[in-house]
Amino acid sequence: MRISTFFYTLKQGFVSIFKNKWFSLASVATISACLFLFGLFYAILVNFQHIVKTAEEGVSVTVFFEEGITDDRIAEIGEMIQKRVEVSKVNYVSADDAWDSFKEEYLGEYSDGFTENPLADSANYEIYLKDVSMQGDLVTYLESVEGIRQVNKSEITANTLSGVNALIGYVSVGIIGILLAVSVFLISNTVTIGISVRKEEIAIMKYIGATDFFVRSPFVIEGILIGLLGSLLPLGIIYVIYNRVVEYVMVKFQVLTTLLNFMPVETIFQTLVPVSMALGVGIGFIGSFITVRKHLRV
Amino acid sequence: MKTKENKRRIHKKNRAVSEQMIMLEDVSKSYSTGAPALSGVNLQIKKGEFVFIVGDSGSGKSTLIKLLLRELTPTSGQIYVNGYDVGRLKRRKVPKFRRNIGVVFQDFRLLKDWNVYENVAFAQRIIQVPTREIRKNVPSILSTVGLAGKYKAKPRQLSGGEQQRVALARALVNQPPILLADEPTGNLDPKNSWDIMKLLEEINTTGTTVLVVTHNREIVNAMQKRVITMKKGVIVSDEEKGGYIDED
Repeated sequence: MRISTFFYTLKQGFVSIFKNKWFSLASVATISACLFLFGLFYAILVNFQHIVKTAEEGVSVTVFFEEGITDDRIAEIGEMIQKRVEVSKVNYVSADDAWDSFKEEYLGEYSDGFTENPLADSANYEIYLKDVSMQGDLVTYLESVEGIRQVNKSEITANTLSGVNALIGYVSVGIIGILLAVSVFLISNTVTIGISVRKEEIAIMKYIGATDFFVRSPFVIEGILIGLLGSLLPLGIIYVIYNRVVEYVMVKFQVLTTLLNFMPVETIFQTLVPVSMALGVGIGFIGSFITVRKHLRV
Repeated sequence: MKTKENKRRIHKKNRAVSEQMIMLEDVSKSYSTGAPALSGVNLQIKKGEFVFIVGDSGSGKSTLIKLLLRELTPTSGQIYVNGYDVGRLKRRKVPKFRRNIGVVFQDFRLLKDWNVYENVAFAQRIIQVPTREIRKNVPSILSTVGLAGKYKAKPRQLSGGEQQRVALARALVNQPPILLADEPTGNLDPKNSWDIMKLLEEINTTGTTVLVVTHNREIVNAMQKRVITMKKGVIVSDEEKGGYIDED
């Protein structure tokens, strides 16, 4: 392809966007609407998963030891636990550590009255899990280990969180599916209307001896540009409203602030921007490519 | 012996093809519905000829044009245009083939949103003529058809006659060996019709083979060219310096 042909094609793509401004506007609006919904849903989904994950990371199993256990045995048990596949982190909390944190949290300056550590037998391991659903297996194992007096676990939280996670998975697949179907339908309709206006134009070009590639290129460039525009618009809107919504929720539901842990918009956009733009450009490209092809057989 | 004879036959045929600009051998075309549109048509048009094709609607003229442009393929028979075996042409070779034929239609078929210059320049762009040359060629062909001053006008700002001149300029700018005009005067008044015909005749004198499908009796009778008359899908007469045959 000659350079001049390339620039000519590029120019035609730009020109025809403005020439058919109502069609272009309708297409941009359609793609924008779909990608806005997609972005919105993605932001909600990611935040949900983030919240669940944060909560999950907080779930721990605590192991207390039998009286008179040796430090060697405690270290041995620590190593055994660390080797388990479901374990992500093990913290040793000595009796003094436990007392210090208890003092700080509940007693403050009133702790001066104690001369001995009332929590002398409270040395423990705080065990954090890779996956909450594996908690049951780990607890069964720990209870069988010699030297362990008690295993504290958070049964209810674990089950609830795994359930929520699975539910979010199903719902997201369902909604993304519906969204895709709707956007494909809307876009093919818009493109078909736009193309039927230019059917004659395509036929004339073909009569003069233009190749399919030559006829199609400006349309495809137009489609890509429309797709790009249609993806940038909702990204801008989401960027603006995201922080406001987070702020609003934090103020309105202050009770939940410890539980609700929103992700910063920048983190979300690291994935959302490239994915949205790829979707927009892809929809524009495929939409124009396929629809023009139908009219090339002249 | 047989192969030698075969070779001679092929050689003879190749020579025949190269002498003729357009050659139809026993061409038939039937659509999936209804009667055949063309049946057993044989036709030879030499390089540099000027030919009228006349006939009522339903005579097969339009089908003939579509076959020559490779918009349709024949049901049987062979079509050669400027050395191309049109019936066997692959789809992706069609654009290159069509650049051999300048076409002019009754309804002009100009790109409405483009000005006169762009409409003509487009034909050059598709064969990738450098912009520098396009800037020379387009004004030159526009002045040939008498539209030098109107290159900026949009088609809707032009009269029918002027629009047909633009279409003619577009058809000719790439200097095709064949010009195909399908009812070029169908939408024009007598004066403009004559002007267009004079232009076609002028173009013919430069060596371009010109094929004109028309209903215009006066023009056909006055111009004294070869006239092929079609009726119900067959050629009923083919006369040098012929006239319009009355249907009765």
